[in-house]
Amino acid sequence: MARSNKPVAWSLFAGGGTLAAFLTPVLIIITGLAVPLGFLSGDILSYERALTVLQNPFGKLVIFGIIFLQLWHAAHRLRITAHDFGIRADTAVMIICYGLAALATVVTIFTLLNI
Amino acid sequence: MSRKPFIRPVQTTSWWLNQGRYIRYMIREATCILIGAYSAVLIVGLIRLGEGKIAYEAYLAAVQSPMGMMFHIVALAFALYHTTSWFNVTPKAMPLTFADKRVPGGLIIGAHYAGWIVISGIALFLVGA
Amino acid sequence: MTAASEIKPDEIKTRIIEIEILRYNPETDDEPAFQTYQVPCREDWVVLDAVNYIKDELDRTLSYRWSCHMAVCGSCGMMVNGEPTLSCHSFLRDHPDKLRIEPLANFPIERDLVVVMDDFIDKLKSVKPYIVPREKRSVDDGTHKQMPAELARFKQYTLCINCTLCYAACPQYMLNESFVGPAALALAHRYNLDTRDVGASAREDVVASNPGVWECSFVGACSDVCPHDVDPASAIQQAKIAGVLDYFKSFLMPKGEAKK
Repeated sequence: MARSNKPVAWSLFAGGGTLAAFLTPVLIIITGLAVPLGFLSGDILSYERALTVLQNPFGKLVIFGIIFLQLWHAAHRLRITAHDFGIRADTAVMIICYGLAALATVVTIFTLLNI
Repeated sequence: MSRKPFIRPVQTTSWWLNQGRYIRYMIREATCILIGAYSAVLIVGLIRLGEGKIAYEAYLAAVQSPMGMMFHIVALAFALYHTTSWFNVTPKAMPLTFADKRVPGGLIIGAHYAGWIVISGIALFLVGA
Repeated sequence: MTAASEIKPDEIKTRIIEIEILRYNPETDDEPAFQTYQVPCREDWVVLDAVNYIKDELDRTLSYRWSCHMAVCGSCGMMVNGEPTLSCHSFLRDHPDKLRIEPLANFPIERDLVVVMDDFIDKLKSVKPYIVPREKRSVDDGTHKQMPAELARFKQYTLCINCTLCYAACPQYMLNESFVGPAALALAHRYNLDTRDVGASAREDVVASNPGVWECSFVGACSDVCPHDVDPASAIQQAKIAGVLDYFKSFLMPKGEAKK
């Protein structure tokens, strides 16, 4: 049996999973719930404030890192879940899952570079 | 005596419905769908930000609409399930030994929750400040 | 009401338990079918005692494996109400009045409750479950020296009795029979962690392959059903992390080439 190349995908999965475990809940609260529910003021997400953060190279890097790791964590887990549902065509599933993650990654990079 | 081993058919799609532990596992796996969807929501936000103030504020309105909030509440629930299920197995994946003794799993898990609260607090503070 | 000192052994409570067992005779049957027995069971019995009663008193044709009756030999694994169980380790008092007993899941049925174990045995052999020593030793060289702390690192993984309940619980083994499986991988880990052993690279071909640790998705059911708290799931996750480190190390320092 040959040594697997899965360590690459799994490292991204594990890194993304760890980041998601620590950061994603509070991120969801900040970007989606804190303002409408009233415990943070509306201007934290204002256009001007968002631009300030995301025109900063460090801000771009941080947001990219978060999105990148979340995407590749989700992509790998989705691939495994497809297998758990009995879908045998692993190559096809791999191409779809990692392909979507790759596409989203490229879109994120271009979008961030143009902000 | 002749051998004729019988191979039992397997429920490849619905096996997990048979036991609570498998259902909980599938829910844990399903958290990836919400995390992926939330990432997509963030990416759309970045795109709208790049398109200008009007596009971005329309995006914010959609995110903060009742539908948008519903999505975020569901996403938060799944994200929290991911957090707890991830932290709870950490001592198994990375057992620690200190002074010749195994560090109790509860301590490792507790440290993760403590770290999580601190990080979340810092994030809220940085954003709100 | 009799006083406690007057209760005779025969007065230990019994109840009738309806036990349906999945039967299969390869010489006469095309497929398995359930057969039901009404079994008078003593309250202190385990499932194995009830099965033994069936064979002794009700149906001599029933086939099943058992031996030690004390959860050390690993022979008596079977599905009891859908859960992989050592029948000698499962008390009737913990069960309702109906039991459904089937052969251990995810293995081919040989006959009645006897399953074909060949696949597990092959996988066990493939992970080289023995000490691969640093150098050849003779008895005159004396024993290995090992600190208690070094033993503590792998001791829990030595407790495996090869009962294969973990294979019956594992959905990945159910979905993919080429998966090396929890017990074999836990045993590989046991030897990899043992300071007397240098066989990790010899085992890598099997352990670090796609049907090795990478088929596992950490369901954790294997550790749930293990009768000796071996926790094979933890062994596999640790092996994954070790595998990742080895993988990236091998790119930085390819074997046989000068360090970059």
